[in-house]
Order: sequence, then structure tokens, then C-alpha cells
Amino acid sequence: MPMLELQDVHAYYGNIHALKGISLTVEEGEIVTLIGANGAGKTTTLRTISGLLKPRQGKVYLEGEDLDQYKAHEIVYKGVAMVPEGRGIFAKLTVAENLDMGAYSRRDKKGIAEDLERVFELFPRLKERRNQVAGTLSGGEQQMLATARALMARPRLLLMDEPSMGLAPVLVEDVFDRIMEINHEGTTILLVEQNAHMALQVAHRGYVLQTGEIVLGDTADGLRQNPMVQKAYLGME
Amino acid sequence: MSKKLAVPLLVLALFVIIVGGSWLRIFNEYWQVVFFYIGINIIMAVSLNLINGYMGEFSCGHAAFMAVGAYVSGILTVWWFAEDKVFGPPVLPASLGILLVPVAILIGGLAASFVGLLIAIPSFRTRGDYLAIITLAVNYIVKSAIENMEIIGGPRGFLGMQRVMNAITAVLDIPWLLIWTFIGGIGTIILIQRFVSSTFGKGVMAIREDEVAAGLMGVNTRWVKLIAFMVSCGLAGVAGGLFAHGPGGYINPGMFTILKSTEAMVMVYLGGMGSISGNVLSAVFFTLLLEMLRPLGVYKWVVIPLLLVLMMLFRPSGLMGSRELGDVFPQLRAWFGKEEEYAPASN
Repeated sequence: MPMLELQDVHAYYGNIHALKGISLTVEEGEIVTLIGANGAGKTTTLRTISGLLKPRQGKVYLEGEDLDQYKAHEIVYKGVAMVPEGRGIFAKLTVAENLDMGAYSRRDKKGIAEDLERVFELFPRLKERRNQVAGTLSGGEQQMLATARALMARPRLLLMDEPSMGLAPVLVEDVFDRIMEINHEGTTILLVEQNAHMALQVAHRGYVLQTGEIVLGDTADGLRQNPMVQKAYLGME
Repeated sequence: MSKKLAVPLLVLALFVIIVGGSWLRIFNEYWQVVFFYIGINIIMAVSLNLINGYMGEFSCGHAAFMAVGAYVSGILTVWWFAEDKVFGPPVLPASLGILLVPVAILIGGLAASFVGLLIAIPSFRTRGDYLAIITLAVNYIVKSAIENMEIIGGPRGFLGMQRVMNAITAVLDIPWLLIWTFIGGIGTIILIQRFVSSTFGKGVMAIREDEVAAGLMGVNTRWVKLIAFMVSCGLAGVAGGLFAHGPGGYINPGMFTILKSTEAMVMVYLGGMGSISGNVLSAVFFTLLLEMLRPLGVYKWVVIPLLLVLMMLFRPSGLMGSRELGDVFPQLRAWFGKEEEYAPASN
């Protein structure tokens, strides 16, 4: 049974038909990436999975369970955490308080303390700045914090929305290294990216979205070799 | 050990000085009234701070909830313990009043928090200015509703609480009202402090920062907002209940206008949004200021807004900002800072 399965999901913003029948699967342990241009529906897809937006038609299954009945805050308890677009950190709270918030859905103090150590190992910079107000962090540090905060929920499925957005190229590589590391430790990842080049390097499989529809789904290697992908998303002629 | 006891000892000393001093008439009646108003204002400011400071919403009808608490508890105590035209002779012996008047005040708080629930359900569907507009309207609605209820005096007001207090002091002559107000004030501070440092309270602050992200952390934002609003309104109701039993034992709808709500807001913004100790300081300061400006009569409402404008110009985040006393004077932190702060950071 796949970790996550979307079956013919249609979603709307008012009258705008944003997703026109998305079907995809994410298997346990995978990194799957959604690539596509602005407005293709990548973020919308993540929003329908995390419950911020309800599909008008079609189903979202997490390990076979229909997520339709759950609200966004309940889906967190199902083991799905999201790193929202633009990071959505709590700017006036400290780094440590932000991480505390990440563990809001949990009550096991011991496990939380362990995970705190783990994310500090993953992002040593955050440990140095644990008492700093999050709004004063640099863009890269804020991205680290948003990722670390999502990990504090100890998710089985991590949804990441544009983790490379607005970051210097050297930091982008670092972010993707961390994504691989998180995945190696056993977290399944669904990654939305405009930076198709980097995304296809770390992902096992990928889907290409165009105006609310999946036009292509293949292994990351397969997509990299695909002439259409090369032309449209990798900038190769 | 000794430092941990410092705060309780300080509170106890304050209690002994204020209540004991009042009992022995070291403080004259005027000062007793000032202490009483300080206590009420602390409850009003600290409770409003939960909504306007920690949650980042904007409620501007806090006096409406105070009115609900005042009338509900006033009616209950007059019915129970006083001879009244509407409610007839007292139904309970005055000696029970020592216990039951605080209970009535708490019931007033519950009633206020129930009214808060009725308002919160529609107004928290969306964020932003809606709550401000709705609470503003509620302030007028509550005032007009009471004005039109002839059975509780309408615009002429409701009295009889003095007879209740007289009956109780006839049983045992100690300053009961000051004792209850003191407990109410300290209780409010402890309750709000516990609330905002709990996981639930962290959810309140997360909502202020980014509501969508808070939801993605598993915060049931609608529920958290509802509970926080009800707690805040309930405490305003308690303040109202105490107020109703104050000197003269008389309340009228004109006491709970938008001006009263504004006073509470002024104290919150003066003290700093999201700072409990700041709010306590500003409640003390503001009450004393009102008393000092009393000779100016109506003109104090020229001076006070002016002070507020100056405050906004030179210290826009209020006296304390979002900091607590312990952040400003680190040596105090071990006494009453945030708990996690004096746990040494493990590096």
C-alpha cells in the first residue's frame, strides 16, 4: 500500500479550477518531487494533502485511509507535516519556541527531547541561535528552522514547499543535502520545487505538473533524460 | 529554595500590608478604594492582554463582559443576602455570604464567558477586524439591553450590594472585598501566566504569528481562539462582579461604556502587549494617574489621551514591550522569569 495516494483530485479556489484530476502515489521511504512552472498547481496539491484545502472531487489516501474527514490540524496527528511556502515561521518567537511549536501535536517529552537533539545535529546553526528571535534569522536559517520545526512533529510524511526559494545557490545545495539526510533517516518526502535541476538530483521519482494536470510521471533519471523536461524545466536545448 | 519562595512571600507581604493596613484603618477609606480599583484594573488589563496581546486579535468591548459579570453577580447576592423590592427578603443567612458572594462573583464570570462564547463563534470564522467591530457592537448592545431592563433598574442602575456587604461585615468585620479583589488579581495573574506558558498557550501565540502555520503544527486554531476568548471574558466578568460590590454597592449601565473598554485597552498598550508584569505595572500606574488627575475633572480625558499619544511616539511597544520583568532585570529572573530561561542552555 502506498504511503500517500491521490486519486483524481480536483480542487478549486472559488471558481478557479486549480487541480484538474491529479493522481499520484508516494511509496514509503521515497523522495518524490513535483515540478512545474508557476501556477501549475504544485502548492495547491500540497495544500489538499495537508488539509488546508479540501478537494471537491477525488480522494487523498494516507496509508489507505481517506483524509477527507480530517481537518488540517488533525492531519498532523496522522503523521503528515508540512514546511509551508515562504516558511511560515513564527517570527516573534525564539528558535527554541518555534521548535516547541513543531512538537505541539506530541506529548512524549522524552521523544521530543531526542528529536530536538536530532534536529540540532542536522542543523547545528539552529542550536547556536536557539534563544534568538526567529524573525532575525537569515533566509537560509529560516528555511532550516521551518524544516526542523516540521521534523519536530516526527512525521512519517514530510511535505516540503519550495525549500530553495530565495536562497543563495550555495545554500540551496546545503538544503538539498539535508533533505537527503532526512530521507535516509526514514522520512518519506514529497517535495515541490521550481528548481527542477536540484529536485531531480535528490528525488527517486517525479511528476511534472502543467496547469493543474500531471503531464508526466517517471523516475528522476527518466525525467532528466526526457527531452520535454530538459527543454522546459532544465533549460537544455 | 529561598529564591523560589521569594515571590509567594512578596505576595503574602503585600496581602498583609494591604488587607491588614485597611483592617486596622492605617489606610483610610480613600486608599482602600484606590487599592480596590488597582485590583480590578489588574484583572481587566491582564485578561484583555490575552486577546489583544498574546493572541493578536483586537477586542474593544471588554467592559461589556465586565457589565455581564457585575449584573449577574450583583443580582445573585442581592437576591440571596439583602432585603430588596424585587427579590424580597434575604433567602440565605448572612454568614453564608462570606463563602457565597465569591461564588456569585465566579458565576458572574462564567456568565460573561458564556456571552464571550456567543460572540466568539461567529466572529472567529475570519481573522482581522471583525472581532473589533463585533466587540464594539456588543459593548453597545449589552449597555442598551441593561438600560431597557426595568426589573434591574434600567438606566437608573442597580443597587443593594452595599446592603449585602454590610450584612457580611456585620458577621465578621474584616475588609472582605479587598481580600477577594486581592485573590482575584493574583489568581488572574497566575491563571494567565500558566495559560500562556502551557502548550495550549504557545498555540495562542503561534496563531498571532501565523495562523495557517499554527494549524499545520496541529493547533486547532478555532478551538484555541474560542477558549482563550472565553477565559479572557470570564475574568472580565469576575472584575465586574468585584466592581459591583465596591464602595456604594451601585452599578449602572453608564459605567460600562466604551470608555471603560478603552481604559482596559490603554492599560494593555501602556504596559506592553504580551507582558503580564508590564500590564500589572500599567494597571497600578494608570489607576494612580487617574486619581492624581482627579482635580482636573473632565480635563483628565485631555491629558490621558495625550500621554497615550506620547507613549506611542516614544515607546510604541508599551512600557515593557513583550518582555517580562525578569527580562529587563536579569537578577530577578530566578524569581519570576519564564521557567525555561533559567534552565542553563546545554551546549
